[in-house]
Parts: sequence; C-alpha cells; structure tokens
Amino acid sequence: MTDAATTNTATTHTDWHALEPSSAQKFRERVLPFIIAAIVLAVIPLMGPSRTTLTLLNHMGINIVFALSFNMLLGRAGLLTFGHAVYLGLGGYFCVHILNWIDGSEGLMQHLPVFSLPIFGFGLGALAGAIIGYPSCKRAGTAFAMISLGVAELMAACAFMFDTIFGGEMGISGDRMSGPEFLGLSLGPLEEVYWFIAFWTLFGTIAMYAFTRTPLGKLSEATRDNPERVQFIGYNPTRVRYLVFIFAGGFAGLAGGMAAVQDEIFTPESMSLIPSGVVLIAAYVGGIRYFSGPIMGAILLTYMQSNLSDYSSAWLLYLGLMFIVIVMFIPNGIAGIVFGFWNGLRSPNRGAMMARWAGQGVAVVLMFMSIVVLVEVAIRWSEGYGETFEAFGMSFSFDSILTWALIVLPFAAGVFLMRRVTRKDEVPV
Amino acid sequence: METVVFSLLNGVIYGLLLFMLSSGLTLIFSMMGVLNFAHASFYMLGAYFAYTIMGVTNFWLALFLAPILAGAIGMGVEKWGLRRVHANGHVAELLFTFGLAYLIDEIVKIIWGRVSVNYVVPDELNFTLFSIYGANYPAYRIFILVVAIAMLVSLWYLLKRTRIGLIIQAALSHPHMVGHLGHNVPLVFMGVFGAGCALAGLAGVIGGNYFITDPAMAVQMGPIVFVVVVVGGLGSLEGAFIAAMLIGILQTSAVSINVSFADIFGLDPYGEVGSITIASLAPMLPFLLLVLILIVKPTGLMGDREA
Repeated sequence: MTDAATTNTATTHTDWHALEPSSAQKFRERVLPFIIAAIVLAVIPLMGPSRTTLTLLNHMGINIVFALSFNMLLGRAGLLTFGHAVYLGLGGYFCVHILNWIDGSEGLMQHLPVFSLPIFGFGLGALAGAIIGYPSCKRAGTAFAMISLGVAELMAACAFMFDTIFGGEMGISGDRMSGPEFLGLSLGPLEEVYWFIAFWTLFGTIAMYAFTRTPLGKLSEATRDNPERVQFIGYNPTRVRYLVFIFAGGFAGLAGGMAAVQDEIFTPESMSLIPSGVVLIAAYVGGIRYFSGPIMGAILLTYMQSNLSDYSSAWLLYLGLMFIVIVMFIPNGIAGIVFGFWNGLRSPNRGAMMARWAGQGVAVVLMFMSIVVLVEVAIRWSEGYGETFEAFGMSFSFDSILTWALIVLPFAAGVFLMRRVTRKDEVPV
Repeated sequence: METVVFSLLNGVIYGLLLFMLSSGLTLIFSMMGVLNFAHASFYMLGAYFAYTIMGVTNFWLALFLAPILAGAIGMGVEKWGLRRVHANGHVAELLFTFGLAYLIDEIVKIIWGRVSVNYVVPDELNFTLFSIYGANYPAYRIFILVVAIAMLVSLWYLLKRTRIGLIIQAALSHPHMVGHLGHNVPLVFMGVFGAGCALAGLAGVIGGNYFITDPAMAVQMGPIVFVVVVVGGLGSLEGAFIAAMLIGILQTSAVSINVSFADIFGLDPYGEVGSITIASLAPMLPFLLLVLILIVKPTGLMGDREA
C-alpha cells in the first residue's frame, strides 16, 4: 500500500495504460463467457431434452432476462422496486395482442414475423417505464420502493378492471404459429421455440452487459454509491435514474415478449406483486453485486418453482428460509460463493480454505437436514392425513422421540461446527 | 344521511385499526430507518394467537396475552435477525423483513391450516348496542373504538409524559448521545420494535374477528399500512393518524357509493369505462392516494424528512 503510494507521487506522469487490463484479460472477462454461453445453448438441444425440460429451459431463459433487467435497477442503480412485473406484463400483453393482429389481419400486419415480437415488448416496456418512471424516479431509496409498490397494486387492479385489454381473470391468448416464418422457424414445436428463446436470452444478456459498459451504465453505479458526488461532476442523478429505469422497463418488456410466444397466454396475475417478489428473490439469491448473479438466481428459482413444488407443499417456506439465510449470512449470494470458491482455489493458502469450506459445507448439510425433517414432519401433522414422513430409509412419526432427536441434534451439531470453523479465520485477519 | 353516518362510524373504526397498525410501523421506521415489511404478519399472528388462546380460556385473556406474544416474537426478530443484517444497509434490512413476511405466512399455514379459522366475536360483546335509522349497530364495533382510543391515549402518554418516552424520543434522533449518557440503546431499539409488533398484534386481536382470520390477511393489510405510513409522512405519528383516518373514511365511504362513471360523466352505461362504479374503485383508492402524495408532496402530509 505505502509502496504504491510513493511510486505514484514520485512519477509525475502516471502510466494509466499499466492499470488497464490486458487485451487477453479483456477477452477472458468480457467475451469468453458469452461464447461459452452460446455454445452451451447450442449444445443443449443435441442432448434430446424432453418436452418438460424444454418448457423449463424456456422459462429459465425468460426469467434470466427478467432478473437481469431487475438487477439493472437494484444491483446497478440501487433502486429497489416491488413492481417490476408490471413492465413484463405490459410488454407481454402487447405482444399477445400483436399475435392476434397478425392472425386476423389482411394488411401489413400479416407480414410481421412472430420472431420479432420481443422488440415490440421492449418498446412498450420502455414506454411504460418512461411514463411511470417520470414521477417515481424523482425519488430514490424507500420512497421509490413504496411508489413502485403503489404503482404495481394500481396496475394489477386496472388489469382486472379493463377486460377488453387484459381479458379479465381468464387473460388473453394468441397463436404463435401465425404470420410468416423467420429463418425457417414456424415456432410451432417446442424445439423451435427453444431457438427463439435461446436467441433472445443471449441477445438480452449481451445487450444488458453492454449497457453496464456504457457511460450511462457506469453513471448509474456512481449514482447508487454517491448521488451527491455525481451532481458535483455535473450529472443529474434523477435523470440518470430515469434513463436506467426506461431501459430496465424495456428489457423486462423484452422478457414479456418472450413469455408471450412461449406461453401464448397472459393473465392479470402476471402483473401482480407475486411475480415482482419472485424476481426480487431470484436476483438477490443469485447475488446482485455480480452481473452473472441474477442469471444463477433465475435458473435456480425457475428450477425450484417447477420441481420443488412436486416434492413438497411447503416449497414457499424453503424459498423464504433460503432468502432470509442469504440476506443474513451471504449478502453476495450464490455468485459470491461461486467466485469466492474460484478465487480461493487459486490462492496460496488453498489448503486451509478447503478445510474451512469442508467444515462449513458439513455444517450447512447438517442444519439443512434437520430443517427438512422438521418442516416435513410439521406439514404431515398439519395436513392430518395420518401420513408419516419417510426419508433416508427411516420413517419419522410426529410423536416419536427419535424424530425430535434427529431434528435437534444435527442442528445443534451444525451450529457448533459452523461457529468453530468460522471463528478460526477471524483471528489472522 | 343514513349512509353518511354509517360510513363515518365504520370509517373511523377502520381508520383507528389502521392507525394501531401504522403507529408501530412508524415508531420502528423513525428508529431504524427501515420499513418493516413483516409488520402486517404480526397483525396476523395476533389474530391467530387470540384464536388459540380464546379456544383454551377466554377472550379477555387473549386480548392481553396475544399482543404480548406477538411483541416477544418481534423482540426476538430484532435481536437475532435485524441487528445482524443492519451492517449490510437499509436495503438488506427491508429485504430481511420481506423474507420474514413470506416465512410467517407459510408457518401460519402449517400451524393453523390454509383456510380461515373460526375466530368469532365473544358472546359478551355480541349484542346490539343501539339502533339508528332502523339498523342495529353491533356493540363490538364500539368496543374496537374504545380499545383503539385507549391505546392512542396511553401511547401518547407514554411517549410525551414519561421518562421512558423521553429516552425513546432521544434515542430516535441521537442514539449515540443517548448511549454515551449510559442508556442501553440496543435494548431501547429492541423494546420499541417489540412494542410496535405488540400493537400490530393487538390490532389483530380486535380486527381478526371483525374482518376474517385467514392466512391471506397479512398480504391484504400490509400494503395499505405502508400507504398510511408513507402518506402520513415517514416517522410522523400525527401524520400516520391523519392518513389512517383519511384512508379509513375514504375507503369505507367509497364502498357505499354505488354511482358509476356513466352517471357522473354521462358515458355509455354498458361500456367498459362507464360501468365502473365508485364502489369498485375503493380498493385502489389508497394506492392512488399514495402515488399522488409522493408526486405532489414527497415528505407526506406531516413528515419533516424525505423518504
């Protein structure tokens, strides 16, 4: 630290190029991940996924774009919103209407390929962002969050009121096979929808990454950290927030356009507080400080939503628990764990770190097991069908002492181990 | 006339219930600078605790014990949860309470089931107090009124006329100075958080059987309580009171106005816009008010600081 300071003051001409990352590093950090992502997306269909898997993958793609657009606000600009699903919903509704116009029109509309729909979703999302964002972006922090909550409630209530636009409780549906084919994709079978989703997911991800590299993207981070200093250097924080908000609304609308083609139906529920809350959880669990965090969170949450609900009726409880644990103990989210692990593997004292991770891993597994047993036993007691929870080749009945021992002991052991392991590394630092 | 009197009475009662909920939220906000998203969950817990206690003993014990239980849980949440998250900033605190609301919802569903429970008005209070305009007015509503006013007065007395209130008020604005003077500030924070949750629990005890006690009651009440707190001005108890009354009366009156847009603006009565009635707009009114207030007067009605 002191060395660096003296060299900096000693040399009058600081060599800024030395601080710049090398082109190899730039390639590794900014281009390579997207090439790998493109290859992965191209390889997946070769493995012959089932229809269920394809639907799951398509929803993952939609949620990735949605969560990334959400993180443009929370992670990058520091704006917490409880109503981001409004923009996805508006974009999606617009696209379903376009689907129907393509289907029913004799004029110009019938030449519009369905493949281009997300562009229109982007347009409407951005327009909605420009209208709603104008008053709400004058404020930041808690007030902004509360306005977004109010707007979301208002829009959801409106959606249930105007049936010609939103179709009432049933929603509106369209047919994605209408209109001309684009690149030979009729978009009928799920395999072809996969290519559509894969293209727009990659497009959206690259576009949003590119956005973080623009001056506006950098300014939004500066506004998050210190709006006053942004003002000192001559920018208007309100304007920065507003512009970012428009883009975030646009990308949410893009995800809405993707969802319109995949699901062919939109209901007013898609604009309610529930999907807005889910995307918030997805982005935060993934890690809002990393660009790739929301991607990981979206993949995990989509998977949990579709699969965990089959295993346990209390999956929302697990979701809430996971969210609280992340907020309390792992504020950098899954991406933080992944990158921390990656950096740790390359650090000189990797042996000590591996031992610590192993200890923490065992502790987490122990606590997780006891919580699962507790929740599952409680659920079966609550449902009152007289079922017992069976796992690990044992059956846990509500009234046996063994069950409660297996709940309390692993948890206590886990807490003890976690404390021991975590305390050790606090000493050297 | 008849409608006006009934709307006013019911509106005041609803407003007082809203104030009971939002006073705790306001106190917690002015202390920690964080909006407790799970506040309405403590309202729900109060109602469910009261239901269980009433099943074993009687309503009067429930009225006393359920808020204490809700407050104790609130203290635990502050001590082992919020205090730890505090270091990560306000957004993390807000998100923690957001997750907590999810969690409490699910736990309530496991313990008490997914459908509403039969939490009813006790027999001692289930009679007609008086009749006006030929309609009977139930005594329980007046009971709510009395409890709410008693709570209002004791809260005012506690905050403005006692030494504890003095320390709390000082800790709100100058926590470090209060700490240097030898008071246990974390304990004060924990106490205020617990008291706020207990107030929410009390609102649950007397509101749960006035409305309905089911796992959705927190989700329904939560956003409206936020609206009250923000419209009143974050951190201002007087503002919260005015806003609660305003929204209570506004919403209750709107429900009873069966006039459609067609009647007011002379539109086609069978058209989509024309057929909207004022009554059907009632649930949206608080949020409309919220958005309007935040655009026009960002500090809220009585607030001295920007949110």
